[in-house]
Amino acid sequence: MVLNETEVAGRPAAAPDAPAIELIGISKAFGPVQANKDISMKVQRGTIHGIVGENGAGKSTLMSILYGFYKADKGEIKIGGVPTLIHNSDDAIKAGIGMVHQHFMLVQPFTVLENVVLGAEDGALLKPSLAKARTLLTELAHEYELDVDPDAVVGDLAVGFQQRVEILKALYRHADILILDEPTGVLTPAEADHLFRILEGLKAQGKTIILITHKLREIMAVTDTVSVMRRGEMTATVKTSETSPTQLAELMVGRRVLLRVEKEAPKVGETILQVRGLRVVDHDGVERLKGIDLDLKAGEILGVAGVAGNGQSALLEVLGGITEAAGGSVSMNGQTLDLVGGDDGRDRRHRGIGHVPEDRHRLGLVMPFAEWENSCFGYHDRPEYQANSGLMNRLFMRDDARQKIEKYDIRPPSCDLKAANFSGGNQQKIVIAREIESNPDVLLVGQPTRGVDIGAIEFIHNQIVALRDQGKAVLLVSVELEEILALSDRIIVMFDGKISGERMPNDTDENELGLLMAGIDPKESVA
Amino acid sequence: MTSSLPKWADLFLIPAINVLLAFLVAGLVVIFIGEDPIRAMQIMISGSLGSDYGIGYTLFYTTSFIFTGLAVAVAFHASIFNIGGEGQAGVAGVGVAMVCLTLDQTYWLLTLPLAVIAAAMFGAAWAAVPAYLQAKRGSHIVITTIMFNYIAAAFLVYMLNNVFKVPGAMAPESRRFEAGAQIPRLDQMADWVGLEMTRTPANISFFLALLACLGVWLLIWRSRLGYEIRAFGFSEKAAVYAGISPFKITMIAMLVSGGMAGLMAINTVMGDLQRLNLDSVLGAGFVGIAVALMGRSHPVGVILAALLFGVLYQGGAELAFEIPSIPSQMILTIQALVILFTGSLENMVRFPLERLFLRFQKGTT
Repeated sequence: MVLNETEVAGRPAAAPDAPAIELIGISKAFGPVQANKDISMKVQRGTIHGIVGENGAGKSTLMSILYGFYKADKGEIKIGGVPTLIHNSDDAIKAGIGMVHQHFMLVQPFTVLENVVLGAEDGALLKPSLAKARTLLTELAHEYELDVDPDAVVGDLAVGFQQRVEILKALYRHADILILDEPTGVLTPAEADHLFRILEGLKAQGKTIILITHKLREIMAVTDTVSVMRRGEMTATVKTSETSPTQLAELMVGRRVLLRVEKEAPKVGETILQVRGLRVVDHDGVERLKGIDLDLKAGEILGVAGVAGNGQSALLEVLGGITEAAGGSVSMNGQTLDLVGGDDGRDRRHRGIGHVPEDRHRLGLVMPFAEWENSCFGYHDRPEYQANSGLMNRLFMRDDARQKIEKYDIRPPSCDLKAANFSGGNQQKIVIAREIESNPDVLLVGQPTRGVDIGAIEFIHNQIVALRDQGKAVLLVSVELEEILALSDRIIVMFDGKISGERMPNDTDENELGLLMAGIDPKESVA
Repeated sequence: MTSSLPKWADLFLIPAINVLLAFLVAGLVVIFIGEDPIRAMQIMISGSLGSDYGIGYTLFYTTSFIFTGLAVAVAFHASIFNIGGEGQAGVAGVGVAMVCLTLDQTYWLLTLPLAVIAAAMFGAAWAAVPAYLQAKRGSHIVITTIMFNYIAAAFLVYMLNNVFKVPGAMAPESRRFEAGAQIPRLDQMADWVGLEMTRTPANISFFLALLACLGVWLLIWRSRLGYEIRAFGFSEKAAVYAGISPFKITMIAMLVSGGMAGLMAINTVMGDLQRLNLDSVLGAGFVGIAVALMGRSHPVGVILAALLFGVLYQGGAELAFEIPSIPSQMILTIQALVILFTGSLENMVRFPLERLFLRFQKGTT
């Protein structure tokens, strides 16, 4: 193996039996928030080590300390048994640590080769480095199924391939330890499986891999050991073979959780929302929706599956009145909606379309607003929020907010706190409470449980099902297939701005949906 | 902006420290000139607050700064940086002069309300064009409002020379307003209640300014429109999601902002100059930026900051008179330092202070 044979300059010889990484008593505080509390962890060489935890549990902080983005307040890092000071990512790379970030750090107009070499050129001239990289890339592609065309422009590559470029970058820098932060968030199931094969291959060559994720299924599938973090502490490290998803979920949340949604058969009624030939072209002239037809009926949850970026967001935003359509029509209860102008959010709400947006940080909430100000956001022109004086009825707004806080168990139960100071799950509850309590006939829901802790997921799912049981229509967009399968009464799959298939949830499985998400017709691929 | 500081520290302590730092650095500059900074300070304070004459002038300047400070503050809440207060106030002066020259044969109680309306409308109109260009065409409002300041200056000169100038006169100025367009000065008002006060240009528009502060407070924090303005200012995307029209909010915020800037013309044109000439604004539009920054875009803060700048202006004039080796530009230096410390270097004070408070809190609990 080329990489291991090359002696890497400046790296101290590691003790052969020492763990690849050893963290001892790492603590880190941001202001009053203790992000990491006295964390100790050992990762054995040649293993895949998973780190799970809810949002804000401190996983990313810990990895950022390991990679030199943050400096720990206390604690020691040993790499291969040798105490190592990591002040910046250069130190990390020198110590043999490579990181694949959740959001790729690639130069889009550069080729794969140029991206791999960038920052690790051997001299002032590019040519020798590029030639060397080309040889190496070919070998790696062969060995680990890491095949990418070295001359392709990164911006033209699919996400799965871009991720491989990130891995190649790390390997080119002689990484022995690879950290992957939520690597499958943007991948189809098939791409994710491919990634796991790559990781297995790397492990077989003696590389050490740390996998940060919130998907328990992945942890169970590929890791050897798994550490669970909760509220900045490492609550457990267990052998994957000796644990179960239920146990891990319990460790993450600190109580028993139900991973399945219990719901009765739907009582589907009339069509409420009718979409015909809907097209959306974005600011860059890219056609995001290429003619969508769908019917949303009362009393059903229609799930929209798809890999992120295949038009689901555009669909939600045009239906929610945020962006304008380039063509097609939408009618609700027989009345045509105005699709031009892109500032019709108010009109949609008046017609009874609620919208839980995908991006609650930037769309759904005004972060510096207090909870009570967010609690009627978008519905603030309703008469009940107006006082006789012509000003806003702040007393009522706050009472209203307190009721929602109580009913939706929003914590901490303070309506004066800024939205920014709530956890992800509670922020989402603020949005869900507002949209459901506005009593919509149609609820658009985007990624309802993204970045939401497991405990809150259960609650949010139940609320969505309860709304459907009241005979309301729900359009659910999610990149989590499990969520789509668990909640939907009917599933459509989107690929490249079009609907690539429609299935009933008890009539399909993740594999079939995965193929549709990749734009492949399952019937053809069987033949 | 999430801060771990208590509200009072955020609102008062930080600005106070900033001002103190600005004065310390200004003091160093005075030492470099070879003068005594303590004495300079004493002259400034006694010159601006030490006599009813000084106080009168201080309040006169303060009035103008409250209006222009409110103008910047209102736009700030919509995340719009209106630095066109200078031009908006200048153009508003034309509106005020038109009303006054037409109605000055009547009574001031009739002239004043109409002049107020004209000032607000002319100021708003001058802000409307850059607002429209930003909302519809995406032209950056900082650039357009600066350009509109120059256009306003040219417009003012044209109007003075071609419309208002008395035939045969040399100076580019209108005729003097008659009694029907003269609003009560503070010394006259003091006289009504039997108090004696030295004659200064401070006038009834000081109370108008306080009223405007109340109005802005109600608008921003109590009305639905203000709710929408703040939502838009914090996050345009969230505003669009909630069905708030960015075009509408940009226009309204700028109209109110321009109107506020325009109102300062009442103070200077009607209250002091009694005619329209080229001296109706004299940089007050720009001081408004510093006032709004320091006052944290809150009306109470704006009043306090405007008062500080009023003291600086009046005290600075006295200083230049008493110690001729300290030029009046010194005031501009202090003003610049205040902007530097409150605007650009705010975090320099904020972060250490936050850390200090944290340690203190940990110590007590």
